[in-house]
Amino acid sequence: MGFWDVVTGRTRPKPAKLDALFLVPSAAVTLQTSIGLAPTGAGAVCYRSAAGAAFRQVQDDVVALLDADPAAPPVAVSQDDFGFTWLLHRDDPGDVSGLVTDLHAVNTALEDNGFGPALLCSLVPFADADGRTVGLVYLYKQGTFYPFAPRPGEQRRDNLLEISVRDALRGELPMEEDLGRWLALWGAPGLEPHPRG
Amino acid sequence: MARTRFVGDAGLTARMTLVMFLLGALFVALIAVVMTLFWAQGGATLGVLVGLIGLGVVWWQWARSDTVAMRAMRAREVSPQEAPELHGMVERLCALADMPKPRVGVADTDLPNAFATGRSPQRSVVVVTTGILRRLDAEELEGVLAHELSHVAHRDVLVMTVASSAGIVAGMLTRGAQYGAWFGGGRRNNNSGGLPIWLVVLLVSLVTYAVSFLLLKLLARYRELSADRSGAYLTMKPQALASALQKLTGEMNQIPDRDLRSAAGMNALFFAPALSGVSLRTLTATHPSLEQRLEQLARIQAELGRSL
Repeated sequence: MGFWDVVTGRTRPKPAKLDALFLVPSAAVTLQTSIGLAPTGAGAVCYRSAAGAAFRQVQDDVVALLDADPAAPPVAVSQDDFGFTWLLHRDDPGDVSGLVTDLHAVNTALEDNGFGPALLCSLVPFADADGRTVGLVYLYKQGTFYPFAPRPGEQRRDNLLEISVRDALRGELPMEEDLGRWLALWGAPGLEPHPRG
Repeated sequence: MARTRFVGDAGLTARMTLVMFLLGALFVALIAVVMTLFWAQGGATLGVLVGLIGLGVVWWQWARSDTVAMRAMRAREVSPQEAPELHGMVERLCALADMPKPRVGVADTDLPNAFATGRSPQRSVVVVTTGILRRLDAEELEGVLAHELSHVAHRDVLVMTVASSAGIVAGMLTRGAQYGAWFGGGRRNNNSGGLPIWLVVLLVSLVTYAVSFLLLKLLARYRELSADRSGAYLTMKPQALASALQKLTGEMNQIPDRDLRSAAGMNALFFAPALSGVSLRTLTATHPSLEQRLEQLARIQAELGRSL
């Protein structure tokens, strides 16, 4: 925080960095070839719901936007234990660019209405043939990615898998170097064991 | 193009900056006066020495503020395994605010309280008491934590330390002047035409101390309002902090300070009623009144709720 901001006691809310999401489709290809993790077709956005009518209106608009495609299942809106809201959008697993475009549309809608600072993270889950799921999490405020690999059925993380995902994607995506910022997102929608067909 | 809802409160910022400027000016004026007086007498070293000791004490306190405060409140640091929800809340707020995560401590006392302290955002601690964990629900606790994290982000400990330097030094010099009176009072100094030097220094120091005391309290109230504001924008839920404040203030007022039997005789000692809101009590409070805080939160609520 700058000197003048400290003196005046004013926080400038951190703007979200939105564009790095568009690097995900090429990263998905790398993940597939190097570790064997394939996208599940789901994508989720996590944000802090603000109180008041304006935010409700923006959220309704965003949900309507994502529901516009009749072929895709409807958007699932859920609240987690920490008071954050998740929007889970499922689509064709082969179309990662379309998914990322949809996520970006959600982010821009929130930002255009002045709620950019409410965005916490985006989650794109991947799964391999053994049923292990890894979520690629994008932190809006830091502009970096990190992997989150929960072990099925227990509240522990598969740290080795996470580190290998980080190493595989290091050249392609801005990965979060500070391991302390790799927030655990227990119970995040989209990370349940996904039936592979 | 991103539009922002987060209108600053220009009035609050202007008032706060003015107070800080006055405190700085006070400090400078005090040093100038003391230097002149002591050099006139020929004993510059005592004044400088006393001033330096005072500053050293206050800056040492700043450097050790997190450990000292933890020990004073008898708080112990908790690991993420011991308090997963608390750590999770703090982690998410820090991710949202893009600030380093402070250490988390819990103090085992039924008095509801939460504070954050530390010399910088990288070396800081947030402490909550078991009393507050018991009384507030998750949303309210998060509002309180966001307020405390704002204190850390704004480096309020550092700001108050700098601002209080004038007061501390004035207090020390008051004592220094008294010692000067005892050890060197026999010599009468002609420069100030009758008034002994030590008396002049004493009076100046006392006045400085009184003025800086009031200014510091005013500054503390403004910093609290700023932290309320930043915390409310961080959680986007001003009503969570509002309901937490109402719960806590109401609770504190109900806990009796004195025994029922002794209260009857105390009525005579209560302060006279305030003149239109200004009284000794409001001037010396470190926190703004509940009404002021709720008013600000209501304005923020309206800001968040309006369509852009």
